Order: sequence, then structure tokens, then C-alpha cells
Amino acid sequence: MIPVVSAQNLGLTFSTNDGDVVALSDVNLTIEKGDFVSFIGPSGCGKTTFLRTIADLEQPTSGTLRINGQTPEDARKNRAYGYVFQAPALYPWRTIEKNIALPLEIMGHSPQQQAERIKRTMDLVNLSGFEKKYPWQLSGGMQQRASIARALAFDADLLLMDEPFGALDEIVRDHLNSELLKLWDRTQKTICFVTHSIPEAVYLSTKIVVMSPRPGRVTDIIESNLPKERPLDIRETPEFLAIAARVRDGLRAGHSYEEVV
Amino acid sequence: MSRVLPILTILIAIFIFWYAAAIWMNAPWQTILNERANLADVPFFEFAQQTWAQDKPILPVPHQVFSEIWNATMGLEFTSRRSLALHAWITLSATLLGFVLGTGLGVALAVAIVHNDAADRSLMPWIIASQTIPILAIAPMVVVGLGAIGLTGLVPKALISMYLSFFPVVVGMVKGLRSPEAIQLDLMRTYDANPWQVFWKLRWPAALPMLFASMKVGIAISLIGAVVAELSNAAGGGLGVRLLTGSYNGQTIQIWAALFLAAGLAAVLVAIVGAAEKWVNARNGVRA
Repeated sequence: MIPVVSAQNLGLTFSTNDGDVVALSDVNLTIEKGDFVSFIGPSGCGKTTFLRTIADLEQPTSGTLRINGQTPEDARKNRAYGYVFQAPALYPWRTIEKNIALPLEIMGHSPQQQAERIKRTMDLVNLSGFEKKYPWQLSGGMQQRASIARALAFDADLLLMDEPFGALDEIVRDHLNSELLKLWDRTQKTICFVTHSIPEAVYLSTKIVVMSPRPGRVTDIIESNLPKERPLDIRETPEFLAIAARVRDGLRAGHSYEEVV
Repeated sequence: MSRVLPILTILIAIFIFWYAAAIWMNAPWQTILNERANLADVPFFEFAQQTWAQDKPILPVPHQVFSEIWNATMGLEFTSRRSLALHAWITLSATLLGFVLGTGLGVALAVAIVHNDAADRSLMPWIIASQTIPILAIAPMVVVGLGAIGLTGLVPKALISMYLSFFPVVVGMVKGLRSPEAIQLDLMRTYDANPWQVFWKLRWPAALPMLFASMKVGIAISLIGAVVAELSNAAGGGLGVRLLTGSYNGQTIQIWAALFLAAGLAAVLVAIVGAAEKWVNARNGVRA
């Protein structure tokens, strides 16, 4: 079976006025269909850049990257993925349902199809009843759920999420994490999830990619043996803590928290 | 009421000051008139009323101006050359045409500047330079120049209005069309949206608040442009011509009447744009 994401010796160097910045160096990674992969690491480790490279928002400068066996550009043009940004990025002049309709309008779905998909995805993220509200009338957590619904609306099999819950408080984040797991289970999608929270990464993932900065590289890939059914209190079990410890070790091994001299 | 009271207070203060100033400014001439008529020792209150009722006062008082406006609009046939309503209409039509042209030109230039690198770097300096030329210098050249090739009446005046009103629209719309954040544009790219879709679904709605803000400035200076253009062609009529002939003949009441009407017209036009803005905002879910 063709992997959903396959990166070989992937590198990306930004040219800036202060010289070259190596954002990604020699990244090798395969993501299979149905995986929930978390990317964890400190700021500047390239986790967001890697996600943006998958999405064809950045171009790699070396190595190869294939999405469903295609180039990232072709995959983007085939609408292979939905992208959830750090901020909800809802358009303030559109109601919630119209925001979710945005990709559907662009992709040329009929009004009936739009209505049906809006209803289905709003149910999926538990936002039914808020169709006619404007973004500012919703809480931050609800806005981010709306942006997830928007990414799900056109039924891409791959969901790319860049620290989607980073700006939310702990309580809302826990709630959305468990909802996201249920959603993943129901939709059978492949999810790439960028985070800098160890508990979040361990709780959600089937595979955890630990990254370190300067240059951005992968230091460890951890397969999780936690069961698919994960209540929130799984975070107190020894298995959970063992994986978390290994993630922490991986981050430390990358010297990621040390200051550069 | 909380909004009406402060405005009313200021208005009353202005009127009191105005009537007092009129006594003071018109007194020398009134004194001469009274001496000629051998009127001595006129009581102050009577004297004040005399200064408020001169034919060609240095400073006419509000009730004189308003009665002149009333007589020159309602009291005359619309087609009469002395009808202020006719002159106001001449100015209004040039203002509106100029405003529509100016807004259209401004939006078109802003779209070009935002979407084309070469336009971005080449156009802006010229646009700014265009506004440093005094309109009083350029208006007669345009009006007389176009008159020489047979183009008179509405169009030359509208062009001057356009020349003034396109500027705030370009500046505002460039800012507005560039206001979408990077992730809002990235989002469009992930959908593989074409430039047309990016414009109509993101840039244009994001720019609408700026469009209305600049149109409010634009319509007010459109009116100024029309009045200034009229000064160069006294035969064409309009509020500008009433100002001009008023000052030639020392008809201060006529000048003030035209002035008041121009100001009132500008206020109404700005209010109409403001109402349109409110309507569009409400449809776009802007918080009240």
C-alpha cells in the first residue's frame, strides 16, 4: 500500500539576509493510512515547517516528499488534505456555516451538497445549533472546532493540524483532545498533529515524532502501544508514563532545551 | 437625548456668538447709515435689530441666510437662473458623477497595485504626487482645456471631483486589500483557490470597511472639487458660481446661503455613505 506521507532525506533551507537557516535536515519518515502522528519538539525544530512542506506551503530544497505517491503540489491540487492552523482563521464576515461552506464553494459543490456536508461536519465537532452565529460570538475552543469542521468538510483523508489547541486553556484542551480521538476513530482519517505538549502527544498518537532544533531534525520515532480506546485517565497509567518518559528523553537527547552558545 | 444635548448646547453657543459678532461687525456701516438718515441715539436693542437686517451686511445672521435659502429654493421656479435649488442640483450631479468615477478609478488602481509588483512600485509615487498639485491651479486648466475641445458642462467638473476623490479610495483600498492575514491566504492556497476566488471571497470582503471609510472622505472632497471647478466656468452655474457672483457683487447673504447649502449637501452625502456602510456591516456580521 502506498504510504500517505513518505519523506526521504528531506531538507529545507531558508535563505535570509542573515545567511542560510537550515529548517529541516535529513528527515526520513513514513506515515501510513489511519496513523495519528504527533510532531513534538521545542520552537525552531521545524515541526511546523515539515507540516507546511507536506501541505505544499513550503518547498523542500533537498530530498523527496510524496503524498499518496504524488508530489505535494499535485496532492494539494487534488485537495488531498485539510489544514487546521494555529489560529482558527475564520473569516469574520461569514457565519459559522458559511465559513465551513468556504472550501465547498471553492471546490464547486452544489448548494445541496454544501448543506448536507455542513450539517454532517458540524455534528461531528458538536457545533450544531451555532450555524448562524458569527465567529466573534463563539468561544476560542468553539472557533477552533469550527475550523476543524471546515478542514473536514470536503472529506480529505489526511488532516494536518498545526498546534490547533495551543492557544486554549488546559480544560478546553483536554476536552477537545478526547473529542478529536473520537472523531479520528469515526472518520478513519490520517492525522498529522504538531504540538509542544508531551501529554497531548502521548495521549493522542499512534506514532510520536520527536524533533530537535538547529538544524531541525528527527531524533526519535516512538510507536505507541496504548489501546485505541483512551479515556482521559489513561494519562495516569504506567504505560502512558513510560512513553512520556521516552519522549522526554528524546527531547533531552536533542539538546533541545539548551541555549546555543 | 444624551447625544442631542451636547450638540444643541454647542449650536446655541455658536448662534449667540454669531448674532453678537454680527452686531459688532455690522455696526460701523449701520452707524453711517443712521447718521445719513439723521437718526441719533438709537436704543441698543433697536440698533442690534438694524445690524441684523442689512442688505449687504459684512456678516449676515443665520435667519437672513436661512430665509435667503428658502426664498431662493422654494420661492423660485426650479428652472430660474437664480434658483438655488437648480445650482445645488448642478453641483450635486457633478459631485455624484465624479465620486462614482473616482471610487471606480481608486478601486481599479488599488487592485492593480495589490496584484502587480510593477504597478505597486511605479504607481504609488505618481498617485501621491497628483495630490500635491493645488487643485485651484489645475481645475481652470482642465475646465478651460476641455472647453477648448468642446467638452463643457458636467464632465469637466466631474473629472476634477474624480481627481480629488480617487486618492483616499486608492490609499484605503490598498491597505484593505492587503489586510488579510498570512494564514487566511495560506488557507486559500490549501484549497487550491484561483486568484479570482481569493479576491472575491477574501480580499474584497476584508477591504470593505476601508472602502466605506475612504468613500466618506471621497464624497466630501468630491463636492469641494465640483465647487472649485465651477469657479472656472461662471456660465455653467452651480454653487461655486453663486459663491463667485456673490463675492463680485458684495452679496454676502447669497455667499453664505450657497456655503450653507454646500455644507448641508456634504453632510447629507456623507450620511448616505454612512448608512450604506451600516447596512453592509450588518450583513457582514460586524459587531455593533
